[in-house]
Amino acid sequence: MVLSARFHFISWRKVYYMNKNTASQKMLSIILLVLGVVALGVAIVLDMQHSDAGYRGFLLILGAILVLAGLYFFPTIEHHRAIINFIFLFPLLFTFVITVIVPMALGIFYSFTDWNGVKMNNFVGFENYASMFKDPAFIWSIVLTFLFVVVNMILVNVIAFLLALMCTTKMKGVDFFRAAYFLPNLIGGIVLGYIWQFVFSNVLIKFTASAFGMRNSLLATSRSAFFAIIVVYLWQYAGYIMLIYITGLTTIPKDVLEASAIDGANATTTLFKIKIPMIASTITICTFLTLTSAFKQFDVNMALTNGTGSVKFLGKTLSNGTQMLALNIYNTAITKNNYALGQAKAVLFFIILACVSIIQVRISNSKEVEM
Amino acid sequence: MKMKKSSTVILTIVAIVIAVYTLFPFFLVLLNSTKKATDIVANPVSFAGSSISQLMENINKVVTNSNFNFWAAFGTSAVITVVSLALLALFGGMAAWVICRNKTKWSTVIYMTFIASMIIPFQVVMLALISTFRDVGNFIGIKMLQSIPGIVFAYCGFGGAMTVFILTGFIKGIPYELEEAAAIDGCSPEGTFFRIIFPLLKPVITTVTILNGMWIWNDYLLPSLMLGQNGPVKTLPVAVQAFVGSYVKQWDLILTAALLAILPMIILFIFAQKQIINGMVEGAIK
Repeated sequence: MVLSARFHFISWRKVYYMNKNTASQKMLSIILLVLGVVALGVAIVLDMQHSDAGYRGFLLILGAILVLAGLYFFPTIEHHRAIINFIFLFPLLFTFVITVIVPMALGIFYSFTDWNGVKMNNFVGFENYASMFKDPAFIWSIVLTFLFVVVNMILVNVIAFLLALMCTTKMKGVDFFRAAYFLPNLIGGIVLGYIWQFVFSNVLIKFTASAFGMRNSLLATSRSAFFAIIVVYLWQYAGYIMLIYITGLTTIPKDVLEASAIDGANATTTLFKIKIPMIASTITICTFLTLTSAFKQFDVNMALTNGTGSVKFLGKTLSNGTQMLALNIYNTAITKNNYALGQAKAVLFFIILACVSIIQVRISNSKEVEM
Repeated sequence: MKMKKSSTVILTIVAIVIAVYTLFPFFLVLLNSTKKATDIVANPVSFAGSSISQLMENINKVVTNSNFNFWAAFGTSAVITVVSLALLALFGGMAAWVICRNKTKWSTVIYMTFIASMIIPFQVVMLALISTFRDVGNFIGIKMLQSIPGIVFAYCGFGGAMTVFILTGFIKGIPYELEEAAAIDGCSPEGTFFRIIFPLLKPVITTVTILNGMWIWNDYLLPSLMLGQNGPVKTLPVAVQAFVGSYVKQWDLILTAALLAILPMIILFIFAQKQIINGMVEGAIK
């Protein structure tokens, strides 16, 4: 077996070096490179002239592939590694630059202009940023988002941790419970939003009506709808965070727990003095995950209430009582067609998110070191 | 001993109550998909009026509905997810290997850019993304919006950072001696990657594929912006949203649509429970 593997490598080496040194390979490489550059050139010229030719896109891709293939066959031994590195990095880096870096840079740039989603005419400086702070509806969204994030971070982590403790005991059917708690996380926000809309407005209302005489759905007022979003979010996310806590808890060495039991530590002491300090890094991960995902919450918010609900804030009656930041940005840009303002809000959203997550990681890291 | 037994019983009861809370909505969806709209409104938790034939009728109504177009949406979602995942695994592996095995200034800069970009929320890039894709598409003559290749391209861009991050961490743990041995035996660099490194990446590629797959399959915002709410091509979440928008409060149809939308995921979960759970957890810890 070993022998055949070695033979395999030796024959591979022969092929490799033979290919490298033949003149025909040099010809192939040059022909591919020339063809590729010509195809690329023609395609770009057609693009520049805004030609109607349907084949120009195909020509461009073909040219790019030909150039890469030509580079690959280029007869060089010392630069071959560098060429491979370039070819290997190119696809992912190219898509990444076009989808993330370029739109990010353009987005920040557009937030200082009167961009309307298609083109921009003037620079407006910080006007977009100034005007969004004059809008009580936007300030309300910020306040609401922070409230949501704080409540969720605490609730999801506490509940998930308790569930994890429960699921690491020797209870029967633990595997089933783990799967059952995790199941909601498989469903996308839009679909689960509609499912819960049905639960709140058609099912729960029957129970509350007979039990407390509550005839309105939880989604009817802003305050209760906010509570409803938290219930749904917990339902969706606690099971996932629980799984991460379970992994953390199971990595605690058995002998440490045994030693504490011999020393006479009871369950509470073991929990606070041993288990929680030992999984400090897991707590960091979980708080980070819940923080960022709660901040970016969009799908459930949109499907459940679409941000509606009246609320009194800063002396005004607003109609976006349950609208969080991500949805506010979306509505400003897409629904109200105010792209520049929406983009400015998004940039602020990014700055807030970046600051909050850096602070969170700093705090947790300092706590971890203390332990 | 007696004390312990009673506490286990209490714990089990609590666990069951919570399981009822997490599973009840699924049960409601299933139950009410088998009923007529009037029966649903009359009593959503009773079995009155529920029958398999009614379920078939509801499914038939939803599947043949021209606004929903279930099979087209399902096919679109499946193609986008599968192709994006395959490309992400391949390109991600290639990029991560180069970044990991070439300690130059450039590879560090690229790696750091990937890491830093993971904190960027989608909202910051989405508006300019649409206009960039529109302009690029018009310029090069390939439709980037309302097209499947365009959205696959976007998923490769957005998923790239996390994929590279997780894969790099794994490749660091692969002994470099393996590659040296291959090189001594005359293996080319690309051969080393495809014959030796890539097969070793299998477990971590499973993790990455599960993480990316859950996200891409369920994603709503990106496809709704890139494909349009009423465009010719729709993914499953976009189709559900469009369908619900046109049939407000017709719960028999909405819940059946929801059932059809969540069914593929649940079937997958039943068969690959362990891998999915491991993948989700490992992806988060790394």
